[in-house]
Amino acid sequence: MTLATSAEVVLDHGTGAKLSQELIGEIVDLLGEAYLGEMEDSATLPLPGGRIAMTTDSFVVDPPFFGNGDIGKIAVCGTVNDLAVVGARPLYLTLGMIIEAGLPMERLRQVVTSVRDTALEAGVHVVCGDTKVVGRGEADKIFLNTAGVGVFEREPLRMRHVRPGDRVVLSGPIGNHTVHLLSIREGLGFETRVLSDCAPLNGMVDELLAAVPAGAVRSMRDVTRGGLAAVLHEYAAAVGRPVRFDQAALPVQFETRMATDMLGIDPIHTANEGCLALFVDPAAEADVLAALRAHRYGGHAVTIGEVGTDEGAGVFSRAEDGTAARVDELLGAELPRLC
Amino acid sequence: MLTGTAARRRVRVAGVVQGVGYRPFVYKLAVDLGVTGWVLNDPQGVLIEVQGPDHALDAFTDGLTALAPPQARVERVAVTRDVVPVPDEDAFAIRASGLGGDRSAIVPADSYVCADCLAELRDPADRRHGYPFINCTNCGPRYSIVRALPYDRAQTTMAAFTMCDPCRAEYEDPLDRRYHAQPNACADCGPRLTATAADGSAVDGPAALDAAAAALARGEVVAIKSVGGFHLAVDARNGAAVARLRSRKRRDAKPFAIMVRDLATAAEVTAPTPGEVQLIDSPARPVVLARKRPGALPGTIAPRNPNLGVMLPSAPHHHLLVDRPGLDVLVMTSGNISGFPIEYRNADALARLFAVADLVLHHDRDIEVRVDDSVVRWSSHPELDEPVVSFLRRSRGYAPYPVDTGVPLTPVVAYGAELKTTVALSHGTRVYLSQHIGDLKNDETFESHRRTARHLADLHELAPRVAATDLHPQFRATRFAVGEQPVDEVHRVQHHHAHMASCMAENRVAGPAIGVVFDGAGYGPDETTWGGEFLVGGYADAVRVARLRRLPLLGGDQAVREPIRTGYALALDVFGEPGAAVAAFPALAELDEQRRHVFATMARRGVNAPPASSMGRLFDAVAALLGVCSLAEYEAQGPIELEGLLDRDHTLAAPDPRYRFDRTPVDDLVELDPAPVVRALADDLAAGVGTPELSRRFHSAVVRVVAEECALIAAAPRAPRDVVLSGGVFLNEFLLLNCLVEVRRAGLAAHCQRQVPTNDGGIALGQVLVAHARSTQ
Ligand SMILES: [Fe+3]
Ligand SMILES: [Mg+2]
Ligand SMILES: [Zn+2]
Ligand SMILES: [Zn+2]
Repeated sequence: MTLATSAEVVLDHGTGAKLSQELIGEIVDLLGEAYLGEMEDSATLPLPGGRIAMTTDSFVVDPPFFGNGDIGKIAVCGTVNDLAVVGARPLYLTLGMIIEAGLPMERLRQVVTSVRDTALEAGVHVVCGDTKVVGRGEADKIFLNTAGVGVFEREPLRMRHVRPGDRVVLSGPIGNHTVHLLSIREGLGFETRVLSDCAPLNGMVDELLAAVPAGAVRSMRDVTRGGLAAVLHEYAAAVGRPVRFDQAALPVQFETRMATDMLGIDPIHTANEGCLALFVDPAAEADVLAALRAHRYGGHAVTIGEVGTDEGAGVFSRAEDGTAARVDELLGAELPRLC
Repeated sequence: MLTGTAARRRVRVAGVVQGVGYRPFVYKLAVDLGVTGWVLNDPQGVLIEVQGPDHALDAFTDGLTALAPPQARVERVAVTRDVVPVPDEDAFAIRASGLGGDRSAIVPADSYVCADCLAELRDPADRRHGYPFINCTNCGPRYSIVRALPYDRAQTTMAAFTMCDPCRAEYEDPLDRRYHAQPNACADCGPRLTATAADGSAVDGPAALDAAAAALARGEVVAIKSVGGFHLAVDARNGAAVARLRSRKRRDAKPFAIMVRDLATAAEVTAPTPGEVQLIDSPARPVVLARKRPGALPGTIAPRNPNLGVMLPSAPHHHLLVDRPGLDVLVMTSGNISGFPIEYRNADALARLFAVADLVLHHDRDIEVRVDDSVVRWSSHPELDEPVVSFLRRSRGYAPYPVDTGVPLTPVVAYGAELKTTVALSHGTRVYLSQHIGDLKNDETFESHRRTARHLADLHELAPRVAATDLHPQFRATRFAVGEQPVDEVHRVQHHHAHMASCMAENRVAGPAIGVVFDGAGYGPDETTWGGEFLVGGYADAVRVARLRRLPLLGGDQAVREPIRTGYALALDVFGEPGAAVAAFPALAELDEQRRHVFATMARRGVNAPPASSMGRLFDAVAALLGVCSLAEYEAQGPIELEGLLDRDHTLAAPDPRYRFDRTPVDDLVELDPAPVVRALADDLAAGVGTPELSRRFHSAVVRVVAEECALIAAAPRAPRDVVLSGGVFLNEFLLLNCLVEVRRAGLAAHCQRQVPTNDGGIALGQVLVAHARSTQ
């Protein structure tokens, strides 16, 4: 039984015996030119001199296959974006897979193909990997882990470079990924109108940093789990200044707003997979926006607020009438508290 | 005057006896009776030594309570007889305040303009004619201007003003009405009014009042600095002005309160009962709910409500405004930007209120403590011996008066809940309850919450080592109390247990008791939302024996703002699927296909749809299903408008077996399911029964399930016989009165909240008692 003939992943695909060898062989074939390894116990890789950036992330996505992507795409984007936002150029990825026995082989192929396509778009190579198969119910279909290595061709971007008065820019709309996935998972009916924003953003970051003077972009962060609110809280605490944003400036797609209103969730708490929050020198704000908007993933880039020049931390959302409300950090899931 | 047979007594008077003209009263009493001795204020109240013949001393001590000045509240008069007489004493003296020792004197609350001051204000011959800050020992601001105790001018915001010679002479003359009236002032030496326009131009003194009156007469919105903070005022007889205020405040529906010139005007625009008149006329000057006279004023002041909140002026400049022709009724609503507490500092008001107001009338007597208007309701029922006075908000005129529980308490500070928060501190048998503070989600409100806790503790020199707070992990007060306060113990008190303990405490029910606690939402120990609970227990602990069937809150807090969500959830729960739900209740047709689908999915799959056993939400749901209120602009709008349909007629609907709740054992408690009531409502709606009658049938069904459930609980061996009713839903007058009647009819003792609000404004009192009980266990 080979990958081609087996309809679904079975436990023997993970035993290290012939069946696993075949599985790995087919995965490598599928990855094609996105794969750079030599099937040794470790990959041997050339690295330009200087500092490297390294990150790792595990991916548990429910559902793992969605309208305009899957867990394979997210696993590459997540790690590539984490490297890009510190100013590194992503080079290499590892790929670890934990597969639940019974996953249709066709689904596994889809994931690997997504990894390949996304890696090619991002210009990174998968250099080594691992597969484990666990019994039914011991994992939910498929979990991935990617680690990434990147190199610095310019000064790293750091949170501590952020200054009072810096502008806060979002590279794109928020809320879409969460609404898309929730909609598929629960059958809410928004899944065709609201798509996940999942995308590798290193190309956009590269063009942006090339277009503006060094230091104009102080720091950036991909707005993933925890949402915009969590990112802004992190910066406010790190800089020791309040971060304020305008409710009305938040880029939220119409249908997404409709969905979040119905669901009773605030888009600032939703996860995204292709959106950056950038902290920008006010003098370079226009150039940054122009550079972002020139890119296919940054067409809706917009300034949403700024880092306060006054003392104190905290995140504040401004309403259109000018009144500000403190945005609390969520401790966990939001509980009803209106009495 | 010295006689060889004179006896001497020492008398301690406790209660509200400082800052209310008590010492001059004692002085006059002594002089009238020809006795000698002295009186002084100390931190426990008033201390007296008095010497003379026994019969005079008896008359004197009797008079201390019987003849006390109007603002005083004498709680205790403790007499020590046979004190060694002082030879050669020949007069009675007022001595300087004593310091130190136990601090249990009570800070007086703010009060009205007394009749004497009002007469002077209106007398062209008086030196304070038209002076907007006139006051005396019998009236005027107190708690709102006090920085520290003892209550002395230097410790109030009047410290900034130096009295002129005539004012000082009054202040120092024990026989003058202004003897030690700390805010004493006149136009020569005291505070002044200023009117500032949006362009920054300002006029002072009498011209400021003229400017405000002229603006009101033109239909403009005027922000007025009152006793405890700013109001926003318009001419209530001018519909366009009311509309202007509504659009600027972005409030379409929430009822506004009105201020009337006098009782005659009150009787012209409302139809107050004698009890209501008594409340309106009381020195606390609360807003009192009284039945509207249809057509007397624009309906937009309090839409879809049988009542109007009416109050008399509480400050001299209010009188000076409403005395003017054509301005005898003003809308007076809280001077704040939506979501924020009322403004009370000039700088903030001038920076923010021009978003709503055309003119700001302010003055240079600072407000130390923000104090909102109190709102009260006087209710009666033919089958109840006593009227029920309910606080909808307990603040100006009442705070910081304590509740005396009659039980010695551990010093505890309680931080309340999250909305309508108050702070409470215990000392001796008393629990001092702060003014209404508000919604702590707002930063400024939260800051004033912390400041109030500190201020109340400082005023009474308390440093409690035990704190109490809600069980809800995300409440700001909880996080603050647990994280920042230097205390030895923090007791997390379940919300509904606190409601129950609050009602027990003010009624001095030792417990155990049956607690019927109905409100909007509170955090339960099972991590679900509670709000329709039957508890049995005492102060230390209570167990839940029955609850309302849970409904999903579609979208969490969003469901509170959109009652139609809960209406839909209820209809789905009863009728199973969207089509049947909409067929049963045509009001649901307001939901488009997409919403119906998404909401139904959220309910079925539990997507951001936390389950809640809340009675408040059941009222929301029924209000929405009957087409009364689908979106709530203000808190509890659905239940309030549903009750409004009853028009304050408290007659129960005829018994109808269809209008019952199913009782189902679930785990170790009883679940009360309103499904039969909902089906009956749908049937009767289809049969053309009018909405007011449907509301009455629903209300009556709730009353009956309360009485029946209490009877069943009480039927168990050794079950308690006391029933306490608490929680915000019991602001519903029909429910409150009828539950009291029906529970008593079932042979049980029914109690409700009278001294503190039944909503979360009364939570802090209950938290104190629970923390005390656990701390001393
Ligand atoms: Fe409550
Ligand atoms: Mg990551
Ligand atoms: Zn007076
Ligand atoms: Zn004077």
